[in-house]
Amino acid sequence: MIKIFLSISQLLLVVLLAPSVSWFIKKMKAASQNRTGPTLLQVYFDLLKLFQKGMVVSETASWIFHATPYALFGVTLVAAAMTPVVWPGSLVGFMGDAILFVYLLALGRFFLALAALDTGTTFGGMGSSREMTLSSLAEPALLLSFFALGYRTHTLSLEGMVSQLAQESPAQMLFFTSLAFGALLIVTLAESGRIPVDNPATHLELTMIHEAMILEYSGKYLALIEWSHQIKQLVFFTLLANLFFPWGMGQVLSIAGWGAGLMLYLFKVFFLAFVVGWIEIHSAKLRLFRVPDLLTIAFVLAILSLLSQLMIGR
Amino acid sequence: MELLFLTQIVLYFLGGISAFLFNRSEEAANRLTHLSAALAGLVGAFYSLAVLFSRKAFSLEYGGFLQTGHLSFTVDLLSAFFIFVISFLSIATSIFAIGYTREYQGRKRIPLLGFFYNLFLLAMILVVCVQNAFYFLIFWELMSLASYFLVVFEHEKREARRAGMLYLVMTHIGTSFIAAAFWLLFLHAGAFSFDAFRAHAATLPLVLKNAIFMCALIGFGTKAGVIPLHVWLPEAHPQAPSHVSALMSGVMIKTAIYAILRFLFGFLGEAQGWWGIVILSSAILSTLLGILYALMENDLKRLLAFSSIENMGIILLGLGMGVVFKSTGNSLYASFAITAALFHTLNHAAFKGLLFLASGSILSKTHTRNIEHLGGLIRRMPWTAALFLVGALSISALPPLNGFISEWMTFMALLLGFEGKGVGVRFFSPLLASLLGLAGALAATCFMKAFGICFLGAPRSQHTQEVCEVSESMKWGMGILAGSCFLFACSAPWMVGMLRNIPESLMGSVPSGMFARKAFLWSPSGVSQISPLGIGLVLLLVIPFTMVAIRLILGKQPLRLGPNWDCGLPGLSPRMQYTATGYSKPLRRIFSFLYQPTRRVELEDEGHEILRTAERFESKISHIFDDWIYKPASNLISTLSQKAKQIQTGHIQLYLAYIFITLILLLLFGSRL
Repeated sequence: MIKIFLSISQLLLVVLLAPSVSWFIKKMKAASQNRTGPTLLQVYFDLLKLFQKGMVVSETASWIFHATPYALFGVTLVAAAMTPVVWPGSLVGFMGDAILFVYLLALGRFFLALAALDTGTTFGGMGSSREMTLSSLAEPALLLSFFALGYRTHTLSLEGMVSQLAQESPAQMLFFTSLAFGALLIVTLAESGRIPVDNPATHLELTMIHEAMILEYSGKYLALIEWSHQIKQLVFFTLLANLFFPWGMGQVLSIAGWGAGLMLYLFKVFFLAFVVGWIEIHSAKLRLFRVPDLLTIAFVLAILSLLSQLMIGR
Repeated sequence: MELLFLTQIVLYFLGGISAFLFNRSEEAANRLTHLSAALAGLVGAFYSLAVLFSRKAFSLEYGGFLQTGHLSFTVDLLSAFFIFVISFLSIATSIFAIGYTREYQGRKRIPLLGFFYNLFLLAMILVVCVQNAFYFLIFWELMSLASYFLVVFEHEKREARRAGMLYLVMTHIGTSFIAAAFWLLFLHAGAFSFDAFRAHAATLPLVLKNAIFMCALIGFGTKAGVIPLHVWLPEAHPQAPSHVSALMSGVMIKTAIYAILRFLFGFLGEAQGWWGIVILSSAILSTLLGILYALMENDLKRLLAFSSIENMGIILLGLGMGVVFKSTGNSLYASFAITAALFHTLNHAAFKGLLFLASGSILSKTHTRNIEHLGGLIRRMPWTAALFLVGALSISALPPLNGFISEWMTFMALLLGFEGKGVGVRFFSPLLASLLGLAGALAATCFMKAFGICFLGAPRSQHTQEVCEVSESMKWGMGILAGSCFLFACSAPWMVGMLRNIPESLMGSVPSGMFARKAFLWSPSGVSQISPLGIGLVLLLVIPFTMVAIRLILGKQPLRLGPNWDCGLPGLSPRMQYTATGYSKPLRRIFSFLYQPTRRVELEDEGHEILRTAERFESKISHIFDDWIYKPASNLISTLSQKAKQIQTGHIQLYLAYIFITLILLLLFGSRL
C-alpha cells in the first residue's frame, strides 16, 4: 500500500516539478544575458492561462488533431510512471522495461508528428519531417546505452537497473558507465529539444523543429503539449540522475528516508538542469545536417561503453 | 483432421473451377470463388489451430505414382503454424476481394482471377505440408506460377509484364538452387522423402552440409526477398491486385522461412556457427536497406513491398540468433529466438496484409498509387484511414500493438547474446539490437509519411475529388486484420506459450525455461519482462482519463475554426503543403552515401531573362544492388546473346548440321564412357 502511495506521489512530483525545471534553464539563460528572466510562478501561470483560453483550430484538421494532445499527455504520463524517481520503484514499472519506455515515447512522438501533418501547413510538415528524422537517429544511441547498462546490471527494467547500480561502488561504476552517460546526455539534449539540436526559444523557420510541429495549436491543447514536453524533459533528467548517480535514493520505506531522497533528487535534477543550461549558454545551435554527426557521437560513445565492459570485464 | 484438410483442398478446387460456370454473371462468379476461398481459409485455420493446441500431428499418404516416392502430407506443429498463417490471412483477403474485384468487372475475366487466386492458396497450403522433395518442388513451382499469373493479371500494362518477367526469372534462379539443394540431399540419403533426409542428417559430411546450406539459403532467400536477392519483390508485389499483394507479402514469402526452418532443424543435422552469422548479416542488411529504400518510395504499394523486405530481415534476425544458439548447444535460447521469429511471421502477416488491403482501398477509389497526388482522405474514407493507422502503428512497432510485442521478443533474442560464448557474440548482438531499433524508428518515419501524406492535410490533386468510403466487404476484410493486430498483442503470452512448442518439436529435447507466465512475456535469461495486456489496459485507461478529467475541470471552452497560419500572406493552396519527397529529404541527405541521389532542375524562360514560365524538377536515387549487380549481369547476358546470334543464320541446313555435329559428339562421348 505504502509503495503505491509513494509511487503515485513521485509521479505527481515529476508532473508538477516539470515546469520549474524549464524555468530554471530559462532563468540561467536570462542571467547570462543580463536579463532578469521570469519568476518561478510565471511558468505555472503561463500553463494556467493557456488552459483557460479558447482555441482556434485549423479548418483542415481532423480528429487526429483533437486526439493528439490527450494521447501525447497520457503516453508521457505512463512513461513518467515507469520511471523510478525518489525511490527505486515505480507505479507501472512491472509492465515493461527500458525498451517499452523508449517505444512509449516514440508513440507520443508519432501522434505529435501526425498532428503536425494534419493541418496541412508547410511548417507542420517541416517540423514533423525533422523531428522524425532526428529522433530515428537518436534511437539506436538511446537503446544501446540502455543495453550497455543492462549488460552491467543483468536486467533491462528501469527499476532493476537503478537499484543494481546503486549497490556498486561509485568509482568503479562511473568508470564503466561514464561513456554511456555521455551518450544519454546527448540523446537527452535531442529528445528535449534543447540547443545545440533545437532552439526552444525561437520561431524561425530555418531552425524550428518542435515549435514548427505545434504551430497550429492553441489554448488547452497547446498547454497539454507544452506540459508533456516539460514532463518528458524532466523524465530524461531523472533517468540520467538515477542511473548514473543512484546514491541516496530512499531505499527505506520511511517518511524520513523519503524526505532525504527527495532533497537529493531535487539537487541532482537541478544540477543536471544546470549542466544542460550551461551547454545551452555556451554553444550555438547546430545546423540541421550537423545534428546527425552529434547523434553519431552519442552512438559511438554507447558502443565504447559496451565494448569497454566486454574487454575489461563488468 | 484429415477430413478437414481434404475439405480445404476440395474447397479450393471448387472455388477455382466453379467460377467458370458463372461466366454470364460476373458478380456471382466473384462471390462464389472468393466465398469458397474464405470458407477454405476458415477450415484451415480451424484444423491448424486444433493441431497446435493438441500437439498431435496427422499425416496422409498416397501410393507411389512415380519412382520418386509417395505423395505424403504431414501436418506437424511447424506445418500447422504456417497453414494457420496462410488460412488466417486468406480469410481476410478473400472477404476483401469480393468488394475489390468489382473494380475489374466488365474489364477483366473474373473467373480467371478466381481460378489463379484459389490455385495460389492451394499451392501454398500444399507446399508447407508436403513431405517429399520431388512434390515439394512441384507445388513450389505451382505457387510461383500461380502468383506470376496474378502479377501479370493486368497484362495490358507494360510495367506489369516487365515485373512479371523479372519475377519469373528470379524465382526460377531461386528454384534451381533449391533443386540443387534437394539433389545433394538425395545423393546422400538415396530417397526424396523428408523422413529419409532427416534419418541421414547425422551422417552428412561437412562439405556437403555447407554446400546444401548455401544452396538452400540462396534459393529460399530469393523467395523471401532477402537483400541482395530482393530485386524482384518491389517490382512484382505492387503489380498484383491488392488482395493478392497482401497474400504475397503476408504469406508467400514466408513459405521460404518455413523451408529454411525445415532445412536447418531437420535435414542438416548439427548447425554450424557461421551459418548463423551469414543469416544474421543478410538479415540486418535487409532490415536496414529495406526500410531505407521504403522511405524513399512515393508509390504506396512499392513502399509496402520494400517494408516487407525489412520485416523478412527482422524475422531472419530471430532465426539467425536461433542458429547461433543451436550451434553452441543452447537449445533453450535457440527455441526462444525461433519463437520470436515465428511470432513476427504471424504478426507481419496481419499488419502487412492490413496495409496492403488499405492501400488497395485507396487505389480502388483514387486510381493512383502515387501518394503525392493524395491528401485529406481521412475525411472521405474515415474507416480506411483508421484501419490504415492501426496497421501503421503496428508496423512501426509502437505499443500496445502486436508489431511491438514481436519486435520486443526479437530484441530479447538478440540480447540473449549477452550470455553467448565469446566477445564477438556479446558485442555484435546488442549492436544488431540497436540497429533493429534504428530500423524501427525509420519504419515509424516511413509510415508517418505514408499515412500523413495520403490521409491528412488538404487534397493535393483531382484524384481525391470524388472519393467515397469503400464497400462493406472491404471494410470487413481490413477490420478482421486490424482486430487481430490488437488480439495478437493482448494474447501474446498465451500465443507464445503455444508457439514455443514448434521449435521444441523441431529440436527434440529443450531444457525448460520461462518464456511466458500468466499475462507476462519473459526473456529466458530473466533480463526483462513485459505485460502486453498491461500496456494496453494502462494506455486505454490513462488517455481517456486525461480527456475526461480535463473536460471536467475546464468545462466547455469556446472553439473557433480558422484558416491555417499563413505568415500574413494570404493565398495558401494545397500545393504548398509538404510533399512526400520533401518529407524524406533530410534522410535522403543524411544517407546520401547510400542513395547517391541525383537531381535535375530545368528552367524554361521563353526568352525572358527574369520571368520563368515553367520549371521541371527531377530527383532520383540509385539502388546500389541494381546498379552494381543486376544491371551489369543483365548487360552481360544480352551481350552474350548478341554474340550467340551470329551462329543463328536461319538456314535450315545449318541447323541440321548443328544437330548432326552434336549427335556425333554425344556418340563419341558416350562410347568413351
